[in-house]
Amino acid sequence: MRVNALAVFTVLYLLVLYAPIVLLPMFAFNAGTVIAFPLQGFTLEWFAALLNTPALHEATLNSLIIAILTAVFSTILGLFAARAATRYGFPGKAGIVGFIMLPLVLPEVIVAISLLIVLMQLGLTSGTWSIIAGHTLICTPFAIAILQGSFSNMDKSLEEAAIDLGETPWSTFRLITLPLVSPGIIASLLICFTISLDEFIIAFFLSGNEPTLPVYLWGQLRFPARLPVVMALGTILVLLSVALLIVAETFRRRGLKRVGLKDTGGFL
Amino acid sequence: MSQTSTRTPIVTLTGVQKYYGDYHALRGITANIGQGEFFSLLGPSGCGKTTLLRAIAGFEDISEGQILLDGKDMEGVAPNRRPTNMVFQSYAIFPHMSVAENVGFGLRKSSMSVAEKRAVVGQALEMVGLGKFGARAAHALSGGQRQRVALARALILKPKVLLLDEPLSALDKKMREVMQVELIKLQREVGITFILVTHDQEEALVMSDRIAVMFEGEIAQLDDPETLYRRPKSRRVAEFIGMMNFLPARVLGEAGGRVGVEVQGLGPAELEAAQCPSGATPGAAEIGVRPESLTLLYDGQTAEGGREASGTVREVVYYGDMTYYDILLDGTPAPVRVSMRNMPGRRVLEFGARARLAWDPRAMVLFG
Repeated sequence: MRVNALAVFTVLYLLVLYAPIVLLPMFAFNAGTVIAFPLQGFTLEWFAALLNTPALHEATLNSLIIAILTAVFSTILGLFAARAATRYGFPGKAGIVGFIMLPLVLPEVIVAISLLIVLMQLGLTSGTWSIIAGHTLICTPFAIAILQGSFSNMDKSLEEAAIDLGETPWSTFRLITLPLVSPGIIASLLICFTISLDEFIIAFFLSGNEPTLPVYLWGQLRFPARLPVVMALGTILVLLSVALLIVAETFRRRGLKRVGLKDTGGFL
Repeated sequence: MSQTSTRTPIVTLTGVQKYYGDYHALRGITANIGQGEFFSLLGPSGCGKTTLLRAIAGFEDISEGQILLDGKDMEGVAPNRRPTNMVFQSYAIFPHMSVAENVGFGLRKSSMSVAEKRAVVGQALEMVGLGKFGARAAHALSGGQRQRVALARALILKPKVLLLDEPLSALDKKMREVMQVELIKLQREVGITFILVTHDQEEALVMSDRIAVMFEGEIAQLDDPETLYRRPKSRRVAEFIGMMNFLPARVLGEAGGRVGVEVQGLGPAELEAAQCPSGATPGAAEIGVRPESLTLLYDGQTAEGGREASGTVREVVYYGDMTYYDILLDGTPAPVRVSMRNMPGRRVLEFGARARLAWDPRAMVLFG
């Protein structure tokens, strides 16, 4: 009896979680312009419309550029911070690391508004670069959290052994450290990319006249006739997210296998 | 060859001090370690032995003093430029490389041709008995094999000094004993100076030419294993190396280079000056005597010179080859431990039985 109740709960939970997402492709392929049952028949019209919307293409390109650069910057910064935090002791370490991790819980609205004020005070125009700065700020803590795991999994004496055998600190980093934390680097790149890609608030405040994909989508919601197109775009984004997750998990598992570590969690 | 080595020194430590903030980790370490010597740093955890080893390797700066390697001052010399190589406690085998890549890692910057390098790596693997394992992934090795890979990797550059940081502590007892013998053989074969850090006194005794016993950042005693075991200079060293009984005693006086003592529960004894490392001032003192230097007497046996004592068996611990007894000597407050090799004609005594034992003043050490 108790087992049955738990099973019912589990099924309900999964339904609530995924039913709305299942609606996305349903209406993306629905021939009617109104988002309502019953379905009107199958069409690829909305996907075709995606191809004929230059503004959408610009927004997508913007988002991709921002997400890629954010992922790279956050991961590089995260790499330095994570190594420092796991390898060295220095005065004020706990406080410094705490402040670096703070944007993780800081409301994005606050980050967005403060960045906007700073930009205005400096007389700079908002746009792609300011969004990258904002996204890097919020993504770096994620990168640090992921990479700290990689570094603390790695035996400190591996680096010492390489130096002991004649390598310089830099060649040790290249030959030993980087390959061993590479699963973490890839995971960090993918997570930061994903966070940046669907971040809305900062992008909304700072995008100026160069909207990112989420900002563009939000703008489209004002036109009911465009809703099915939004659905089609949503469908593509869901599929891309799932694909990205699978790639990330594959890399993570391969990395573990290569160094013979036991699998202790992960995304999937 | 006890305290001072007759060998040419390869490592000279002079007044080495190390502070971590307020913590004084090394307090004036001075020692010479000879060419081709198997030298051990032995002590409990936190005594500074690993810090000293890492200072020799260059992974720790020293606060004061001097470290000479092969006559050259190592001040400011980075670890990758020192003529030392290290076997780490965790072995630090690079998990993303094969066994051969691990062993050949140190040759990356050498001018050897690829074929020469391969030959050298092959020889190194043969030396540690892993000739067929070159292509194996490093993470697929057992503990003992990892240990051998770490050894081959550290020896491939032919260092002047090989530093070993508790290299056997991760192995089980059987494997550890096998590796102890292999390490001794290997050291003799390559003729390189080995400096071993260990907290295992038995391991140090088995393997070393000389041992430095360290407590709280200081060398308490530096001697060859036999001297260290037979003539510990302080009660603390005696307690750390093997097992030792401490009996209350009274120093009566010194005459003709011999010290007269009255040992509680045993009787009067005469000791040589060498048996009194901290001198012999008349008054209360302690006598140290190893369990194997006390011998149970069976029916009809008598002790030489009448040096005999009797008591009651308080504990019997049977090990197969040996039996350990705790015997409460008549008129003493605490029992002494006696170890007897089990042989035909030596029955194992039972708890509560009366026992007689013989003792020998030559096996005693006086602690003031």
